[in-house]
Amino acid sequence: MQIAVLSGKGGAGKTLLAVNLTNLIEGATFLDCDVEEPNGVLYFGNSFEKDNVYTKIPIIDNKRCINCHSCIDFCRYNAIIDFLGKVKVLPSLCHSCGGCKLVCEENAIHEEDELLGWINYSRIKSHKVYGGELKIGKETGVSIIAKLLDKIEVNEDSVIDCPPGNGCSVMESIQNADYCLLVSEPTIFGLENLKMVYDLTKVYKKKAGLVINKAVNNNDLIEKYALKNNLPVLGYIPFDRELALLNSKSEMVSNFKYKPYFMNILNQIREEVGR
Amino acid sequence: MTQLLVLSGKGGTGKTTISSSFIKLSHSLQFADCDVEAPNLHLMYSKGNKYSESYHGLDKAIINQDVCIECGLCVEHCRFHAIVNNDGFKVNPYKCEGCGVCSYVCPVEAIQYKQQIDGSIDLYDNTYRFSTGSLKMGSGNSGLLVTEVKKQLMKDNDNMIIIDGPPGLGCPVIASISGVDFILVVTEASMSGFSDMKRIIETIRKTKTKFAVCINKYDINLKISNMIKNHLLEENIFLVGELPFDLEVNNLINQGIPVVDIDNPVGQAIRKMYDLILNIL
Repeated sequence: MQIAVLSGKGGAGKTLLAVNLTNLIEGATFLDCDVEEPNGVLYFGNSFEKDNVYTKIPIIDNKRCINCHSCIDFCRYNAIIDFLGKVKVLPSLCHSCGGCKLVCEENAIHEEDELLGWINYSRIKSHKVYGGELKIGKETGVSIIAKLLDKIEVNEDSVIDCPPGNGCSVMESIQNADYCLLVSEPTIFGLENLKMVYDLTKVYKKKAGLVINKAVNNNDLIEKYALKNNLPVLGYIPFDRELALLNSKSEMVSNFKYKPYFMNILNQIREEVGR
Repeated sequence: MTQLLVLSGKGGTGKTTISSSFIKLSHSLQFADCDVEAPNLHLMYSKGNKYSESYHGLDKAIINQDVCIECGLCVEHCRFHAIVNNDGFKVNPYKCEGCGVCSYVCPVEAIQYKQQIDGSIDLYDNTYRFSTGSLKMGSGNSGLLVTEVKKQLMKDNDNMIIIDGPPGLGCPVIASISGVDFILVVTEASMSGFSDMKRIIETIRKTKTKFAVCINKYDINLKISNMIKNHLLEENIFLVGELPFDLEVNNLINQGIPVVDIDNPVGQAIRKMYDLILNIL
């Protein structure tokens, strides 16, 4: 069973849900796909092995380059320019598609690895823990996410902590999930972004359910939307200062009295997925 | 014209809450929401006429099944794994990055590129000018959309421009930083907030833009707040505000009321912080 946890809005409680569900599933693998803000691994200690992820960047051999501009014309990302009569690559704009190398008739372009980020890995109790981390200054970690998802073995349980938003990296993160767990909070901001990610799960026809985090006495705002749109509410995590304090220290709140909240959510997911 | 950008690294630390208050305090006539993947500022400011135009990212590949000879060269060369053979060769538009390699290698010219709608660029024109945008789900290139949103702000204006930024530190963040005068980094008293703050500061430092930090919900964990403060001291970074946690803030937001409209501890702390930032500027 593969569970993807997403919210659209940042800070709604994705990581809280993802790490605590992992904690309650014996043998589950945890993947933090929020590579720009990689906090999931903080809950699993601080001893990690690092596995670098590289991207390919073209290098121009200016001795061979005849300045024909084929590569410049081909590159849709404007990552190759003519700088004072010399063809030059702007690595930060490059998507590593390999097109420039293909079109160069002079064999003046080869590719070299450039560090994009890394995957932090550790084995903690019965869990395999993987956290992607984008190197600072890099624009996108989609290929780190792809590498992370490759780590999941067939038939093993896994929990994916997705990035915020609704862009391509979220899409990448949920594509093989058996269940999408949506997390929202009872604010107009939480609702707005919940609508967005619920639509996203529908594109892939994923089973989805909702957890209302930081729940207060009146959660009508979110409940009404869920009811109207056939989104089952699997549970509530109450707003609670003690829970917030534990969580702020990156502690698993499911090791404390809050365990039943998460167990209840997990049982319902299992029922929905039928495993 | 002074552009003030609010960033955080970690999401949910209070960027929009603070931005919406700053807009009120600065009597800003122009502001923007650059969190195009999860925009929310329009829930608080959306008066006046709304003008929208489609945002087009890069054109994407489409395979003409009638011409395709299923040779597989495109699949072999596509580095984004965007082409699959599923009862005929098809392009997954969510994975296609529009690079042009597949049509280049196709021996029978079966692949064309078509313009897509990847989101919208919106402008609310009222007594204020509010520029925002939203990315269509699953699309890439949010950085380009951020640039489009910022282009709608008029340069010949003396007032302060408040920009609500995106979370993270990737392309939309880098695009939002370009050209701003000052960045307020909002963190919170948690290990995650602290870790993300360090990452966003390192990103900002590469751009040499002036910035300061505020700790939101500082009283959730005083020990971590102190750790953050010590770190800022060591790094010579200006701590410009500490906002207490208050559940009332959510109630105000839910009614569309900027927190500074009410005289409570959070509102007061935001006012004080705003004055300090004005002094720095």
